[in-house]
Amino acid sequence: MMSLGPYASFIVTSYAAVALVVAILIGWIALDYRNQTERLRELDRSGVTRRSGRSAVDAS
Amino acid sequence: MTLIDLANPTRFLALTARLLPWLAGATVILLAIGLYQAALAPDDYQQGATVKIMFIHVPNAWLSMFVWGVMSIASLGTLVWRHPLADVAAKAAAPIGASFTFLALLTGSLWGRPMWGTYWEWDARLTSVLILFLMYLGLMALWRAVDDPSRAARAAAVLTLVGAINLPIIKFSVDWWNTLHQPASVMRMGGSTLDKSFLVPLLLMAIAFTLLFVTLHLAAMRNEILRRRVRSLQMMQASRVAFSSGAREDGASKEVGAT
Repeated sequence: MMSLGPYASFIVTSYAAVALVVAILIGWIALDYRNQTERLRELDRSGVTRRSGRSAVDAS
Repeated sequence: MTLIDLANPTRFLALTARLLPWLAGATVILLAIGLYQAALAPDDYQQGATVKIMFIHVPNAWLSMFVWGVMSIASLGTLVWRHPLADVAAKAAAPIGASFTFLALLTGSLWGRPMWGTYWEWDARLTSVLILFLMYLGLMALWRAVDDPSRAARAAAVLTLVGAINLPIIKFSVDWWNTLHQPASVMRMGGSTLDKSFLVPLLLMAIAFTLLFVTLHLAAMRNEILRRRVRSLQMMQASRVAFSSGAREDGASKEVGAT
């Protein structure tokens, strides 16, 4: 077991805070992607398409 | 594929779809190696185990400035070259940069308490990084305040370029003013003063966090492009509805006039 000395709480809190913020950032970006693609699919289903005629969700 | 090719959002989306899994994989592997090396690093003869905070504090602090640098280049792209993806890149980078800056401030505070005896000191380095964090928040607020993305982009680009003045102030604040913060020990003339046992994990973590930024930034740019597609399609749908209801009203008033 790694010994972190008398200031272990400061070290552990730092690493936990970084992990938490990075996890929130990843979650927020993933959720945003899901929301945007879902809204595009809804628009696609209601017959609103891009001028190019391609599906709005199509990335290729 | 050239920069001009990437001006096409559809091509950019196709590229990110191919790249993102590889970037995410490389980030996870490098982070794992970096964290393992950081765990194995010895205690510092003065700081003891608290030196381990350096392996997350320094990459976040570097990225806080690096992301603003990326946004500044993107802002030039908006104002000078009018690259269609430049403002997408700038807008997508701001929340990520704000997060890294927040983490640099927080981990610095948590490192400062046992080493300096205080969580916060209004010295040049800490204050200039706090200003950077507030500027990130200001930019995000500006993007939200203006509805039209192209108008918001120009205002945000000017603000970003003005804010870039803060970057050399942050970098050289430890040389120009008396501060609790130690002078540069990695990127300095005459080479790093850090021992290899600290330098290697620090550089690994810095590369891993940079890759993390690139991955998150590309994903956030993809989301922003999709958001703009949603916006333009919704406007198209609204104008169709307005046109068809206008045509119906016209028809009805003609019928009333004929009777």
